[in-house]
Amino acid sequence: MTTSLPKKIWIYFLLIVTSFLVFFPVMYAFLISFMTGPELLQGKFLPQSFSLDNYIKVFDRLPLLNYLLNSFIVSVSVMLGQLAVCSLAAYAFVFIQFKGRDFIFFLFISTMMIPWEATMIPNKFTIQKLDWLNTYQGLTLPFFALAFGTFLLRQHFKTIPKELHEASQIAGLSKFAFFRRVILPVSKTSLVTLGAYGFLTTWNMYLWPLLITTNKSVRTVQIGLKQLQSLETGTEWGVVMAGVIVVIIPTLLLLFLGQKQLQKGLTQGALK
Amino acid sequence: MTLLEKPGIWKRTANGRTALLYLLPSILLFSVFVFYPMFRTIYLSFFLTDQNGDAAIWVGFENYSYLLESTAFINSMKATGLFVLYTVPIGIILALFFALLANEKLRGIGFFRTVYSSTMGISVAASSVIWLFMFNPSMGMFNRLLSLLNLPQIQWLLDPQWALLSVSISTIWMNIGFSFLILLGGLQNIDEHLYESSRIDGAGYFYRLRRITLPMLSPTLFFIITISLINAFQSFGQIDILTQGGPSASTNLIVYSIYREAFINYQFGTASAQAVTLFIIILIVTILQFKLGERRVHYQ
Repeated sequence: MTTSLPKKIWIYFLLIVTSFLVFFPVMYAFLISFMTGPELLQGKFLPQSFSLDNYIKVFDRLPLLNYLLNSFIVSVSVMLGQLAVCSLAAYAFVFIQFKGRDFIFFLFISTMMIPWEATMIPNKFTIQKLDWLNTYQGLTLPFFALAFGTFLLRQHFKTIPKELHEASQIAGLSKFAFFRRVILPVSKTSLVTLGAYGFLTTWNMYLWPLLITTNKSVRTVQIGLKQLQSLETGTEWGVVMAGVIVVIIPTLLLLFLGQKQLQKGLTQGALK
Repeated sequence: MTLLEKPGIWKRTANGRTALLYLLPSILLFSVFVFYPMFRTIYLSFFLTDQNGDAAIWVGFENYSYLLESTAFINSMKATGLFVLYTVPIGIILALFFALLANEKLRGIGFFRTVYSSTMGISVAASSVIWLFMFNPSMGMFNRLLSLLNLPQIQWLLDPQWALLSVSISTIWMNIGFSFLILLGGLQNIDEHLYESSRIDGAGYFYRLRRITLPMLSPTLFFIITISLINAFQSFGQIDILTQGGPSASTNLIVYSIYREAFINYQFGTASAQAVTLFIIILIVTILQFKLGERRVHYQ
């Protein structure tokens, strides 16, 4: 099936115009991040030079390196925690026959109906009572269990032939050995999808770190952005945008590398 | 074989115990951070609370009747409803349009797919800061554009008439990446053969779109509509950075309102009543979607 030439030109035209519009805010932020105050006031569109002054300033203004490190630790912890907790649960749902499985499955589904924001008040007090304000565990532990992640992995585990399970039992592998040495290696793709999803959503989390961090010790970059913007005094938008660019680079890179994988994995988890 | 005993209860529940071991981390975490706080929120919504968020005086449904009479809360609900109406339909239509474009098999299409999905990689906080500058009355791009065209300037985020609309525009942009990615995945799952037979019949593009693509895409569309609705009700970050609920509370969306009531005014009772309202709204949306969806959606 070949597409006719006029139609092709028409599609390319639409693709180029719309993708330019979608990407415009990011390019705009990138260009602003190199501008000085006077340039901004003159309303220039392109900076005079691509000097890194604003980038140096933003690291001066905020403990940005510290925040980046915190975000990285928190995101990786949630990612690993979710992978461990969700894969264990998914394994039980697929490979173990037990009474009450449907009921527990229903409990898992019901957690998806409870918006996280509706429970944040008691959750904040729980963390406070555990004395976990300003700690990594306070930022990460509540997010380890994830119904969506469990379903995603369960979907994939279901496609693993049952014969493999029987063979492993005959070979005398324990349930846990089967899980660790057979199931996890053959499910690498879904684990990567869930991992990328977990990292991305945690890196971008805003409301929870806002509630749980009161000083810079474990504060994440997203809260750093809020601080930066409120410190903003008129003409230093270049510095603010430099901060924005630094913060979005890790997740943009992750998305560019894993876009195909993420798209396949998410649609699978969503629809089957 | 008559001697064969029924295995003891310990043995019969062996599988159950192992399963419990695997499920324990999830069950424990869900209990502490989902189920307990949900019941606790409902419980607190019937009380006046002290500074530590503990129940102090039982007031029954007074928190709720207070909310129903409070113009601030009614306004917040109205703003939330409008915000959902502004962001969800347009966001999905745009994402669908981009997904249809990006589903064409052309050279270099991968690049465009990456660009359309890029907003998914940009956090709400970062997006909001970028849009805050674009909306800036003197230096921002929008007003510069207006002055180039000799049009009157707009106080995007400071004018109560415009603020909610401005926040909605930026939110549509933030959500496009995710909706696009899901819809593109749905389009790519449609069986090619369906199109081939229709092409032989000489059916046009829009005929195929209406008769094949959209019906086959309906489960994905249904999914993304539900998720987008729920997400819209939960919006917080863009409000906190762009408007702080203002001007004159025109962008005081429900989650922001809960946040203020609880952590700025320390009124945990009324805040909990609002949280329960949010929970009920989302529950109704989900149930309605499933009821309507069952009838409309076409599964392969």
